Amino acid sequence: MTMPHYDVAIIGAGSVGAPAALAMARDGLKVLVIESLPSQGQGSNKAAIGGVRATHSDVAKIRLCLRTIEIMSGWEEKYGHDIEWRGGGYVFVAYRETEEQKLKQLLTRQHMHGLDIDWYGAAELLEIVPDLNPDGLLGGTFSPGDGHCSPLLAGHAYCDQAKRYGATFRYNEQITGIVVEGGRVRGLETDRGRYGADVVINAAGAWAGEVGRLVGLDHPIKPDSHEAGITEPVAHFMDPMVVDIRPAPGSANYYFHQLATGQVAFCITPDPPILGFDCRETSDFLPQISRRMVEVMPRLSRLRVRRTWRGLYPMTPDGSPLVGWADAPGGYLMAIGMCGQGFMLGPGLGELLSRLVLDRLTAEDREVLAELSPERAFAGEEVLK
Amino acid sequence: MRLSDHPILPVERARSVRFTYRGQELSSHQGETISAALYAAGIKVFGHHPKDGAPQGLFCANGQCAQCMVIADGEPVKSCMELVSDGMVVEPADGLPELPRAVSPPPLRDVETVATRVLIIGGGPAGMSAALELAGRGVQTLLVDDKHRLGGKLVLQTHRFFGSIDAVYAGTRGTDIATRLERDVSGLDSVEVWLNSTVLGVYSDGMVGVLRGDGRYVQVEPEVLLVAAGAREKSLTFAGNTLPGVYGAGAFQTLVNRDLVKAADRLFIVGGGNVGLIAGYHALQAGIEVVGLCEAMPECSGYRVHRDKLARLGVPIHTSHTVLSAQGDGHVESVTIAAVDEAFQRIPGTERSYACDTLLIAVGLDPVDEFYHAARRYGMSVYSAGDAQEIAEASAAIFSGKMVGLEIARSLGVEAGEVPAEWARMAEVLRSKPGARVAPAPVADEVGVVPVFHCSEEIPCNPCTSVCPQDLIFIDPEDIRKVPEYLGGPDADECLGCEQCVVICPGLAITLVDYRREPDYPTVTMAYEFATDTVAIGDQLVALDAEGAVLGSVEVEDVQPIPRGDRTVLLKLRVPAAMAKHLAGVELQGGWASQPLPEALEPLTDEQIVCRCERVTAGEIRELIGRGYRDMNELKAVTRAGMGACGGKTCGTLIARLFREEGVADADFKGFIPRPLFVEVPLGVFAGGSVSTGDPAPGSGNGRDRS
Repeated sequence: MTMPHYDVAIIGAGSVGAPAALAMARDGLKVLVIESLPSQGQGSNKAAIGGVRATHSDVAKIRLCLRTIEIMSGWEEKYGHDIEWRGGGYVFVAYRETEEQKLKQLLTRQHMHGLDIDWYGAAELLEIVPDLNPDGLLGGTFSPGDGHCSPLLAGHAYCDQAKRYGATFRYNEQITGIVVEGGRVRGLETDRGRYGADVVINAAGAWAGEVGRLVGLDHPIKPDSHEAGITEPVAHFMDPMVVDIRPAPGSANYYFHQLATGQVAFCITPDPPILGFDCRETSDFLPQISRRMVEVMPRLSRLRVRRTWRGLYPMTPDGSPLVGWADAPGGYLMAIGMCGQGFMLGPGLGELLSRLVLDRLTAEDREVLAELSPERAFAGEEVLK
Repeated sequence: MRLSDHPILPVERARSVRFTYRGQELSSHQGETISAALYAAGIKVFGHHPKDGAPQGLFCANGQCAQCMVIADGEPVKSCMELVSDGMVVEPADGLPELPRAVSPPPLRDVETVATRVLIIGGGPAGMSAALELAGRGVQTLLVDDKHRLGGKLVLQTHRFFGSIDAVYAGTRGTDIATRLERDVSGLDSVEVWLNSTVLGVYSDGMVGVLRGDGRYVQVEPEVLLVAAGAREKSLTFAGNTLPGVYGAGAFQTLVNRDLVKAADRLFIVGGGNVGLIAGYHALQAGIEVVGLCEAMPECSGYRVHRDKLARLGVPIHTSHTVLSAQGDGHVESVTIAAVDEAFQRIPGTERSYACDTLLIAVGLDPVDEFYHAARRYGMSVYSAGDAQEIAEASAAIFSGKMVGLEIARSLGVEAGEVPAEWARMAEVLRSKPGARVAPAPVADEVGVVPVFHCSEEIPCNPCTSVCPQDLIFIDPEDIRKVPEYLGGPDADECLGCEQCVVICPGLAITLVDYRREPDYPTVTMAYEFATDTVAIGDQLVALDAEGAVLGSVEVEDVQPIPRGDRTVLLKLRVPAAMAKHLAGVELQGGWASQPLPEALEPLTDEQIVCRCERVTAGEIRELIGRGYRDMNELKAVTRAGMGACGGKTCGTLIARLFREEGVADADFKGFIPRPLFVEVPLGVFAGGSVSTGDPAPGSGNGRDRS
């Protein structure tokens, strides 16, 4: 039996791999996706709570996410799946001058990139999010172009559409080797078979380091974990994602929004970070985040928590992804280190990856790739995580 | 309607309170749940689902789902857990509820942490027995139960228990066992009991999150965890399976035997295990007509004596029959069943419909074992006992709790000795499934008083042997599953006719035939556990044999309450000699109650609902399985099945069953990944607020009175 051959083999059917497969299959490439878990999005994608914003501080993320927002907001009309996109915007609240200054400084930079985001005083902000605690509220930024979407439905829709374009997805299959001959990747070996491929894309998220080791590369990816939860559904009462970047003992920022289906999803960033792959539930999470949420929005105190979970953020030294070809072996492409933003970066990034593979890069793409180069020096740190 | 009288249970009502539902003024009693109060007023539809407007009503009656959601004083609450308070304004939950407004945050507090040597989850038969065993060895124990009193499901059981009279209180009613164990446990210094307290999750750092009875969230850090959380009922997919009026036998027993509400007028039961059979008996005790019981297997899986007890009260048992559909406009009005062949396929032309207002689903139990598995994953020292370990009778749960209690004491280094070999043996006997059908040797004599044992299946049960003053009833003490043997007779000691064996038999399967006064028309004494106003001296009753076949008409000679007894009544019947030894019961419910409708109704075309929280149909799931989906977590992501309030507790097993029916082996599909929380709890409670004090004033309720 001859070994099946693909133009591109993608490792991971998650936040990056699934939309990348879609973009490439649509662009005419013969695509194989290998996923070690039983179905798409079962790693970190389903752990995302679904926020999507273009209001970052770096040009690469801004451009990729602007494209993602176009894709998500137009998805249902174009492809028919309801992925529960809601353009409710993002609100970053300030209850202290420190945060007010930080957010206002950032605005200058964001306006430079043409982003639709502005500062609103307390009274104006309360019109946008009436249930915010007015006590001590200084104001905040609001970016109406941002929004949220269901990671579960979107991931599924990407895979479904990718399959319609001819992509092949194989689940429950472990990568055991990447075949390299003459300095180029030639294919993949798994516990179930061998596949020829001209290009191998590492889209393995938190597990990208293990894949890198198969070709002798040491990717600077260290996962840390964040816990999230969801409540019972209630009638619609809130449009934007609310983010509070104030630090508190044990945590940095936290954020929450109301889903299209009425539930409130929430997530917190532990500080210091909890490093490693451990995704088991902790007893600290709910008391920690509940205090912060009900303080900022007292109305939430009556809302019942339904379920909690913990997911991984594949972190890089500077908080930005690593995207680009490896020097060696040839044909090994990295799309890793999304630092917890894979869901919002993925669709924009998937199209960029396709152009990269097909050698159709634009000047803007080159700027993005330069910023995300795996070869860059990790000096900076992201202003707004 | 509330029960004004019950043959077994005392009817004591607290002071009455008034509340309104949709503006209509209704009365209730202090301590009654909203759902019970609404049922008592004949209101069984509590709202409509936000997705498709399907009528919603009581389902689990146990705080596990949110089907019974209503809006009480402006807050969405689970009506089965929230108590009615004076002046409460209750509205149906139609669509998604509004989140009540609040201006200021609740006072924030750190979460209290409590250390304990042993934490027992569940104060039912297993948990209480373990606590007693641990207390006997001085081991400090915290016992947590989510109900207002200890006893678990025992408190709902009006019948006498099987098992060993020496080991596990056999011959005593479940409610009375609950009271005895509760009293014993409550008096122990080393055992702290938290009632109305629900375990929410077991965490990877060894903490157990508990919503305590005072409405506060507490983290318990045990050295050893014992999960004795009992079982949950399995569900079933059929057309109309989510109509209000379709619910589990546990919910029914809660309404009838705890809340003392006549929850139905005409009941049909699906499932011939002990749970279904007993629920039928309980219904009859509450004056509810039992239209019939269907069981897909050729034989009921419950104890033969339970089956016979129901059959000989006049309830038809339709074996090899399945439920096709529940019909009704917004509520159950009828059920359609059909015979099935050996492959459980419906046999066309055998459909029959019965008018009924309630359909009980009693198709088996699953262990509540998620805390056990979580604790195992997290490397905690954990044990399980009772149904949480293995589904069996409560008698087995009592004994397994006792054994595990001893094991835990040993694991903690307490001088406790090995678990005795005879305990292990007894545990095995009590857990055993019904054995061979064996007819007890008939007593040939027709003189004096002769006991007749209508007990024809090997089950672990021996109370009859313990009460005979003459020691004339024998069951091998080495194996109490054997059927009883009568040792008396003209050549040995004779039965004195003391009637104690008749009274104590849990299966009501012993009669005495007394030939002394009139040999041709001996007097038959049988136990009767129904309201005494249902029979009177001089009545002509239809006599039935052990299996429920009609023997003929007999006359009631006497109705005798038992002095100092536990509410069983003895009927004395004047019976022709030829019939006397066959008579095992009298028809309580005439055949008219169980007549089918003249024509079978067309089963609803509605899709069968698999996930009732999110209204996902079996058809949707089957289609995705057909398209190659093999991960229940992906099905969940796509369809929302399992994302609802019950957390997949109901649909998890149903979806797994659909995979099997579609020819996918267990090894080839992935089940739900379990997540906390066990039940939904307001954010404000985790922030340090309280459910009851109202400082965040959430209405999650947990059987708490918010007034």
